[in-house]
Parts: sequence; structure tokens; C-alpha cells
Amino acid sequence: MKFVKNAVGRLIPEEINGKPVIPFKGVGKHRPEGRKYAPQISTCADYPDDGNKLQPSLKEALIKSRLKNGMTISTHHHFRNGDVIANQIFDIAKELGVKDLVWFPSASFPCHQHLIQYLEDGTIHHIEGSMNGPLGRFATKGKMKGVGVLRSHGGRYQAVQDGDVHIDIAVIAAPTADTFGNATGDRGPAACGLLGFALADSQYADKVIVATDNIVPFPCIPWQIHGNYVDYTVKVDVVGLPEKIVSGTTNITKSPDRLLIAEMTAKFCDEVGIVKDGFSYQAGAGGTALSIGIYFAEMLKERNIKARFIRAGSNKYPVQMLEDGLVDYILDGQTFDLEGVRSMRENSGHINTSPFTSYNYHGKGNFASMVDVAILGATEVDVNFNANVVTHSDGYLLHGIGGWQNCLASKCTILPIPLFRDRIPVIVDEVTTLCGPGELIDVIVTERGMAINPRRKDLIEKMKGSGLPIKTIEQLKDEAEKICGKPSKPKFGEKVIAAIKWVDGTVIDVVREVID
Amino acid sequence: MKAIAGNTGPKVRSDCEISIELKKSGSNEIILNSKVKPLYGDSIISLCKEILAYFEISNAKLIIDDSGALPFVIAARLEAAIKKLVKTEKEYLPEIIKENKYSTKPDEFRFSRLYLPGNFPKMMLNAGIHKPNGIILDLEDSVAPAKKDEASYLVRNALRQVDFYGAERMVRINQGDHGIEDLKFIVPHYVNLILIPKCETADYIKQIDNEIDKIRKDKNIDYPIYYMPIIESALGVENAFEIATASKNVVSLAIGLEDYTADLGTKRTKEGTESLYARTRLVNACKAAGIQAIDSVFSDVADMEGLKENVCISKSLGFDGMGCIHPRQIEVIKDGFAPKEDEIEKAKKIVVAFIEAEKKGLGVVSLGTKMIDPPVVKRAQKTIDLAVQLGKLDMDWLKS
Repeated sequence: MKFVKNAVGRLIPEEINGKPVIPFKGVGKHRPEGRKYAPQISTCADYPDDGNKLQPSLKEALIKSRLKNGMTISTHHHFRNGDVIANQIFDIAKELGVKDLVWFPSASFPCHQHLIQYLEDGTIHHIEGSMNGPLGRFATKGKMKGVGVLRSHGGRYQAVQDGDVHIDIAVIAAPTADTFGNATGDRGPAACGLLGFALADSQYADKVIVATDNIVPFPCIPWQIHGNYVDYTVKVDVVGLPEKIVSGTTNITKSPDRLLIAEMTAKFCDEVGIVKDGFSYQAGAGGTALSIGIYFAEMLKERNIKARFIRAGSNKYPVQMLEDGLVDYILDGQTFDLEGVRSMRENSGHINTSPFTSYNYHGKGNFASMVDVAILGATEVDVNFNANVVTHSDGYLLHGIGGWQNCLASKCTILPIPLFRDRIPVIVDEVTTLCGPGELIDVIVTERGMAINPRRKDLIEKMKGSGLPIKTIEQLKDEAEKICGKPSKPKFGEKVIAAIKWVDGTVIDVVREVID
Repeated sequence: MKAIAGNTGPKVRSDCEISIELKKSGSNEIILNSKVKPLYGDSIISLCKEILAYFEISNAKLIIDDSGALPFVIAARLEAAIKKLVKTEKEYLPEIIKENKYSTKPDEFRFSRLYLPGNFPKMMLNAGIHKPNGIILDLEDSVAPAKKDEASYLVRNALRQVDFYGAERMVRINQGDHGIEDLKFIVPHYVNLILIPKCETADYIKQIDNEIDKIRKDKNIDYPIYYMPIIESALGVENAFEIATASKNVVSLAIGLEDYTADLGTKRTKEGTESLYARTRLVNACKAAGIQAIDSVFSDVADMEGLKENVCISKSLGFDGMGCIHPRQIEVIKDGFAPKEDEIEKAKKIVVAFIEAEKKGLGVVSLGTKMIDPPVVKRAQKTIDLAVQLGKLDMDWLKS
């Protein structure tokens, strides 16, 4: 296999899973040509006039969808760790003796470790999606047959739309649907909020199956997913476990160290003039990010001003702000708790969005670049402000990219992170895996001080004379190493186990197998 | 022969448990289980080998269950385990970082002192970033009896290696004879202030003075070490003034209300009526002795409003600070004890009036129609000094 160096100096193989690879060329440098991918033309002649596409079981629907060797099967993580459908699909595939499938989830969770047996026995060839926990360990040990491909939420839409990934069968787990296939996530016994991650799949997959445990008579309103894209519907006993969608960190942090980081981040945003009437921000689900939202809320309330919109991962905290009149809109990509689900159902200002509207880089613009400040996490940041979100410093896959890469497009990107975690420095010479180029990352806030990217002369100028502890990123790195000691590097093999896509479909880095 | 020191478990961070077994023959064998093994495994093992060699141990089996412990923690755990099996006067002392070689003043601000359990390394690492006036490494109540020995090695190593970013470095020793024993673990390692719990007599302070003098001579130590006796009993309250004046090193008295109310046979209430006598008596003794009076901790960490009220009462009774048990309390306490805007404004007017009067050669200072007595001017000047030191007032405020 030949390797080439991409624009951020990482060695990228020319082929992955037998397909040619475009190495990352720099931010905004790759200009795709041609037209979008288009699915086959369907005809109403093949579908029942009464709209009833109900099949007796998921197995029947998969057989009707002509499930066979080598197909790409997609599922979605609207239930997060409470997903039950993906495991069932591959149980059925195993039963039918189907091999070499590609699983194309919008994200995987610990509940999916059930699938390791199918990666071992050849039912699944490889995963194109996030690989965390046991799946991450399995892949990083080099045990997966094919190479994993990790994409951002926007990158997943882009890959489907551009035809980089051809989905044979998409299975959409929906809390409420009619037999025609109109579906919604905001209501039903297993309500999970929205179904935005399945939008691309519904539009572009060859076959689309909607599975639900709550069938309502036509029409299912709102129709977050249009039945006109759907081939089959299925009634299942349980479509997902909504109590487990609260599997991320969805409470504000109690850690005094993280609160300090949150407070400094909020103060920074205030001092550079980001917090003002009509501003917008994106905050993730981590405890620190949520606490920053609380500080913003306090500032808004005190000054009697309003934010225009919050890009979220919503949960009870932004919902509270919406209901207190501190923000006009929540543009929500994913609900992180049941309060978020309720609000989406009840509040006209709580808007369901998709990776198409928010993140798709091969569109005519997207929301991410309009956000005033994005507050994100990272497992590592290097002295050039490059950041890693997918691997741990020991080389193992740990997280998916989520919307992280897409959010880097915001007007100001801040990473509030601890200087070290359990002795492992977070600020390092060179990140283990490069997921986001430093030119898009503006500020690092740690409990021992913050560093502003030298490219952001405007921010540096605004912070002159500030009481906040501003240091260089090298100073922060030295401080981390002084406390923790300089870490050794983990031992990597030659084998590439996963590729990290940039938002435009090029490959920004690869992950290699770890040797113990 | 086998011994264990340290902590392990799913919730433990920045610590390790080390078990050591001395075999009759063979060589040293080290088994390391650690999340950070790919990054720090080699350095952990070489540190342990160095420590075993230092104590001349060549046939031990070590099992290390590590949860990201820093070297000073690993060294403390291993030394504590070794000393359970081997009698030796030797100490394995990690280098003292240069940032830790500072001294403090007798009248240092002591608004907030953050208590840290002495056998819990995770909290020590980041304590300084919250900017308390003092950090207390506690060997007394927060350490389980079975863990007392290992905590003294951990606290010693923390004093040498953890940067507290300028906070006054304090240790609370144990009560009675155990407390005297603790001194050799802390005195040679740049401790700034020693908290003396359940102090009841001036005599005990003298014992501490004697023991510290011995260690000073032995180790050639010349930096100041102050005491803050904690009054926690009825007898202690009665002897407060004698304790306050027992040694020139006593720079403040603190009151411990949980034990005090227990001694009275009553319960601690939010209003604190039951301890009003003790608190005012202690404040009075301190002011008479010219030292600081420090109030008890407020133990409900979730109740920030309650804390605020408590601080307000403390300040009005004449206390100069109080203890904290959570970093989020620090800012509230500091704000509470710092002079308020209106107090600063009033003090400025008084000081200006005083300067004007002096210029004019007037013996009497007046503000508007009010006469101002000398003690009022003194208090105003103190408020101004405090405001300047806390950054609430510009040093050149008089010029502007």
C-alpha cells in the first residue's frame, strides 16, 4: 500500500477498503465536481394504494429489501445507548447467513458491543461510524476485517449525498409512525425528540424501513421523516429505551475544577464582546459546556438581553432558557434528555434540524458557520492548536466525531479542557489523531490558564489588559508536562484500522492498530 | 511478610495501591496494572526500582494498582508500605520544587483556608488554582485511623512537590502526642502554618515549640512556621487568651464548633446562639493578643446563601476569616470578608478628611457635621489597606 502526505502532514493510504482516497488538501481547498448521487426512480405502481406498507416483522422487511452479502446497512443513534434495532438487524443477518455487511450507523454506543461477535464471525465486514468502548478496543487491536471510517455528522450527510457511501438498506427506528412510513421522534411511548440523522438515509438509500412501537392512523404529524421515501413499515414491541438516551453527561458539572474552566470561558466570551443581544452559541452536552450555558443565562438575565439562537444538543438547561425568554430559538440536532423531547413537542421556538441544514459542507452554506461561538471538547490539543476527539493518548478509539468538525466553522471556537486527565496531559506536542486543523481552533481554556491561537490577532488585541490568565499554548504544554511528566508514545503497528474523514470527504488522518 | 498502602477502586483517581511482599530470596519483581501504562509504565517501574534500591530491598514482589498517580504519590505509597515491613530511619524525599520555598507573614490574609483530606491526592493537585488564602493538608479527622501512617508520607511529599500557587501551606496535625509525632513529617518541608486541633492548654503549644526547635536545629531550618490552634472545647475557650499568647508563633486562633457544641452537650444550629459566647470570647482573646480570629467551617456546601449570611455574621462579630471545605466556598468567603463598596467609599472620605485636617493643623477631624474619633480613622485606614491589597481599590486612589 502506498501512502501520501496530506496537507496537515499525515500519511494517508491511497486506498481504503478498496476505494481510492482523496487526502485532505486544506480547509476549503477540495472542490468536488459532478452531480449529487441520485437514488433509483420508484413508481407508485409498486406500492399499495391504501398506503399500508406494514410488514409482519423486521426480518420479513429485511428479506423483502433483499438483504444480501456485502450490503451497507444504516441505523441511527436517536436513542443513543438505548438503541435496540441495530443489534436485532444483525441478529437477523446472522440467522439468514448473510456475510460481509457494512454497518453505517450515525454513531455507535456501548449497547452495540453485542455486535463484536458478528465482526468476529464475518457477518459484519467493517463499521463506517463512530467506534467507542469495546467496539473501539476491538477495532484498535486490528481485529476488524475492513478499515473503519469515521465521519462527522455533516460528513455523513455529505458522503451519502455525494455517493461516497451507497446505502442499500436504511432502518429508521421511530417512536411514532403511520403505516405509510411518515414518522416522528417527538411523541410516543419511546419519544426521543427528532430523527434528523436519518434524513439522508431516507432520501438516498435504496430501501428504507421504518420500525416503530407506536403506530398511529395516517397522517403521522409532524412527519419528520416523509413516508414517500419509505419502502416498508414494521411494528416492533420496543423500538428503543428512551430512559437511556440520557447516556451522555447531561447535568451541569459539580467538579470545582470544571466549574472554574466554565466560568473562565464565559468571562472570556463576555470580555471579547461575544455575549450581547442577539448572539448565538453552540454548547455540547458535557458538564462543562452546560455550565457555560448557565453562566451565559445569568449574564443575559442580568442585562435584560436575549440570545437569538442556541445550536444544541438540547436538554433541560437550554429548554429552561427558552422558556424563561432568554433565547428566541433552539436549533436542535439531538435531544439529550426527556425535557428536551417535551420542549420540542411543546415549544414553537424549539426547532428540529438535521445534519443537512446544520452541517453539510457540500451544500449552499450551513448553520454552523453562522454561530458566534462554539464550545467543544477534545481529548488532546497540540501546540499548533490541532485537536483530537476520536482517540485517547494511548491510541485507542474512544469517541466519534459527532458534529465536532462541523462546529469548528463557527466564528469563534473554544475548547474548554482540563490541562491533564488522570496524569495524561491534554495539551501535547503532537496529537495522536488529527481531527481538526489548528487554523479553525481559536481558544483553549484550561483550569491553569487559557491560550489564544496566534492567528486570532483580533481576540488577542481585545484581551489585552484582561485579568484572565492568558498564556501561550507552549506554556500550558510545559505546565502539563511538569506536573505529569513527559509521556511515552504508545506502540503502533503498520496496519491502518480507521480513517478520519474531514467535512469535505477527504481523509485528514488515519488510526493505526495499537500493539500492547 | 506483606504490606499494603494507598487506595484503589473504580472511583479512585490520581492514586495507587501498592502491595509489597518480601521474599526470602530472588530479585525484585514488579507487576503494574495501570490505565496510563502505555504512556508512563516505564517511568513508574523505574521509580519503584529506584526506591527499592534506596531502601536496600532486593527481593520484593510489588503489585501496583495505579489510577494515574503522580510520582510523588507513588513514592509516598511505596515508602509507607516498605516501612510497615522494614525498620529504617531513611526517608525517600522527592525533590522540593522551587515554587514551594516561600514564607508567609504573621498577619497574612487568612479569609479562606481550604481543607483537603490528607490521604486523598486527587484534590491536592488542583487545590491551588481556586486561590484560597491557605490550603490545609489534614492529617486529623479526615483520615481514617488505619490510614494515618500512609497519609503522613503523602502529605510530606505533597508539601515538597505540589504547587499550591502561592496559597499559605498549612497542615492540620493530629491531637495530643500523635500531633507531636507528626511534626517531623512536615516541619522540614516548608510548611508555613500548623493547625493544632483540640487545643486546650498553653502548655501544649510550648511542647510543640520545643519539638519544632529540636527539628529546626537538627535540620538547620530557619524559615518561620506559624501556629493556628483550634479551640474545640469548653476548656479551650476558657484558656483562649493564654493559648493565644503561649508562643510568638501563634498568629491566630480558630474555633471548631462541631466538637465544641458536642462538648457543651448541645447541637450546632444555623443561628449559632449556643456558640455565641465561645465565638465572642475567642474573638476577644485574639484581639487582646493582637492575632487573627478564624471562624468555623460552614458545612452545607450546597447552601451558598446560607454561607453568605454566615460570613456576614462572622465578620460582624470580629472574625478575620473562616475555613472552607469546598472550593466553591472560597469566592463567597473572600467577598464576604472583603470590604464592601460603600464601606470603601466611606473609608475614603474619612481618610481624606483626616489628611485635610492634618494639613490645616486641626486637632479635630470632622466629616460634615460629625466629629470623627481617632479609632474611626484607624479603622478606615485598615479598610483602605485591605481594599488596596485585594485589588478593589487603586493604590494611587488619593491622587485621582
